Amino acid sequence: MRVALHTLFPLRPARVHEVCGAGAMGFAAMAARGPVLWIREAWLSDTLTPQGLLPLLDPSQLLLARPKDQMDALAVAEEALKDGALPYVVLEITRPLDLREGRRVQLAAKAGGTTGVCIIPEDMGSNASETRWRATPIFEPERQDSTLMRWETIKNKSGTLGVWHVRWNQQTSRLDVVSPVGERPGSSGTSG
Amino acid sequence: MWFPRLASDRVLRARPVDGPFALTLKADNTERIYCLNRAAERVGLSRDMSFADARAFCPDLISQPARPDLDAPFLAVLRRWATRYCPWVGYEGADGLVLDVTGAVHLLGGEPGMLADMHARCERAGLELRLGLGETRGAAWARAHFGNPHSPLTELPVAALRIEDRMATALQRLGLRRIGDLASAARAPLARRFGPELMLRLDQALGHVSEPISPEGEPPHYATRMSLPEPIGLTEDVMGVTARLLIPLCDKLKAQEMGARRLCLTLRRVDQGRQQVELRLAAPMHDPTRILPLFVRGVGEVAAGFGIDQIRIEATLVEPLPAQQIGSRQSSPDQLNDLITRIGTRIGLENVQRFLPADSHIPERAFSIAPAAYSTPERGWSVRRSRPLCLFPPESISASGSQPPAQFRWRRMRLTTGRATGPERIAPEWWLPDDKWRSGVRDYWKVDTREGRRLWLFYTPQNPGWFVQGEFT
Repeated sequence: MRVALHTLFPLRPARVHEVCGAGAMGFAAMAARGPVLWIREAWLSDTLTPQGLLPLLDPSQLLLARPKDQMDALAVAEEALKDGALPYVVLEITRPLDLREGRRVQLAAKAGGTTGVCIIPEDMGSNASETRWRATPIFEPERQDSTLMRWETIKNKSGTLGVWHVRWNQQTSRLDVVSPVGERPGSSGTSG
Repeated sequence: MWFPRLASDRVLRARPVDGPFALTLKADNTERIYCLNRAAERVGLSRDMSFADARAFCPDLISQPARPDLDAPFLAVLRRWATRYCPWVGYEGADGLVLDVTGAVHLLGGEPGMLADMHARCERAGLELRLGLGETRGAAWARAHFGNPHSPLTELPVAALRIEDRMATALQRLGLRRIGDLASAARAPLARRFGPELMLRLDQALGHVSEPISPEGEPPHYATRMSLPEPIGLTEDVMGVTARLLIPLCDKLKAQEMGARRLCLTLRRVDQGRQQVELRLAAPMHDPTRILPLFVRGVGEVAAGFGIDQIRIEATLVEPLPAQQIGSRQSSPDQLNDLITRIGTRIGLENVQRFLPADSHIPERAFSIAPAAYSTPERGWSVRRSRPLCLFPPESISASGSQPPAQFRWRRMRLTTGRATGPERIAPEWWLPDDKWRSGVRDYWKVDTREGRRLWLFYTPQNPGWFVQGEFT
C-alpha cells in the first residue's frame, strides 16, 4: 500500500528529522514554517543565498548561526531547540552524530516543541532521528524552472517508508505531488 | 580658572621637554602654532604664527601635532577635579572653567587660601593657571585674562569684556580704553554704533544683568558591588549575589530609561585574583529576571579558588530603552533576543547573522550578512531571475566554446547536459575592485543535467573558461 505524503510531510513537530542527498538544502527550506535558525559551520565555503531561498522561504525570517566546529553547532542547536523561540531549526553536520548527541538534540526538540532538520552527508544518519529522507533532484525536460525532486523516506520510526515525486509550486508556496516514476519521460536517468 | 596653555601642558605632562615646545595645527593648508610653552614664547614665538616662520626663528623648536579632540576630555577631567572647591562647575570656552564659589570659600581658608591652593595644585600638576575672582562671571573672566584676581574692573582694558577684537579696536580708537571709561560714557550712542552686544557684556561684567553658571551633571554610573563578610564558592551563592546586585542596577537603568547592552561581572577572590564574566546582550535590557539566567553559563565557568569575597556588576555599554506599551501581541521578540544572547555567549554575538538585501547585480553581492543583534530584518526581497540556492567559490570544469558543454565532469561526477538556459551576461562592477571578477564579464547558464542536478555554470568570454558556481533547488 502506498503511503500518502501528507501523513509524513509537514514534518512531525517536536522531533528531529534527517535529510541527505543533493536536494537536502531545498528539502530543509521547503519544510520550514515560520522563523528559522539555520546552523552552518563557519568554515564551509559555500553560502546559502537569500535570492535562491526566496521562492521557498522568506529570507527575512531566517537567522544564520556560524559556529566554529560541530561541537558548538550541536550546542547551539540544542539551545535553540530547547528554547522554542524559533519553531524550526536546521542543522548541517559534517561528521556523524553518536548516539548520545543524536538523543540529546531529540530530547531538546521534545522539550521545546520545535522541529529540527539535520542535513547529513550520505550514510551518516543517527539512530535517534524520527525520520530520514533522501532528496534527489530529477531532470524534467519539459519545464524550464523545474523543481522536480524525488523524496524518499529511508527511515521512519513511526510508520512505513515511501517514495514521492514532488514539485514546489511557487504561486501557492506549497508542494505538489506528481505522478510516479516510470510513467514519465526522462525519469529513467535519475540518479540515487 | 583659565588654563592659557592647556593643550601644550597636557602633552608636556606626559613627556616633559626642556626648551621651546609648540603644538601645530593644520588650518587653511598651512601649519600654524596652536599652543606653545613659556620657553617658546620667550624666544619670540606666538600663537597663530606659521610653523615655517617659527622654525626659522627658533631652530631647536620641538613640535607635535595638536589633538583638540584629546584636549576636551582633559578639560572634563579638570572640571571633575575642580568640584573639590565647589559643587557648581561649568565650562568657560575650550580652555577655562567657571566655578560658583559662593558659600564655599570659608571652607578653604577664605579667598586667599583657596586661590593659593588652586595655584599650588595646578603648579604641581604642571599646568599654568590664571585665576580671576569676581562678583559676576564677566568680571572673573576679565580678571583671569587681563589682570590679577583682585585688579579693579574699571582699570582693565575694554577687550576684557569678552567682545570681538574688531570692536575692542574701534573702542580704543574712540578713546575708550578702559572699562571704567566705557561705563561712564553715554549708553545710547554706543549701543547705536556697536549694537546691543557691547552693552550686554558691560552689564554682565558690572552685574546689572545676571549670567548663570550651568554646571555639568555627573554622567550616570551604572555599577553596583557587594563585599561579603565570608568568602563564597558555590555557583548558586554567586548567582544569588548577582541577583541581589542586579535589582538596584536595573532599577537605576529603568529610572533613566536605559538598557544594558554589555554587562561585566567582576568576581574578586580572597587571594586578590580577579575574574570577569562578560555578557553581551542581543538587545538592550533592564529586566533582572531576564538577565539573571543569561549569566548562568558564564558564572559556571568561574574558578572560585579559596572563595569569592567581592562581586561587582557594571553595565559597560548602555543604550536608550524607553518604556514600551505591552500589547496583546505575544512577546516573541524578547524571547528571540534572549535566545540570540545565549547563543552569542557561546559562539560570539557576531556569528549570529541575518541576510539583508543589497543593491548589486553580482550574485554574491546581492545580499549582505549582518549580525542579527545589531540589525533589524528587512523585507523587500526581489529577484528578477531565478538564483541558485547555494553558491560556492567557482569550480573550474574542462570545457571549451561559448555554448555549454554536452558532457562535463564536476566533483568526480560525470554529468550530461539535458537542457541549458541562458546566457545571462553579468558584467563586473568596475567601481569596486574584486579579484574574483578579474576575468571579465560572465555568461551565466542554468544547466539541468540528466542526472538531476541543476547547476549554475558560467563562461568567461574574455578569458575562455567554464566554471560551476552554484546549485539550484
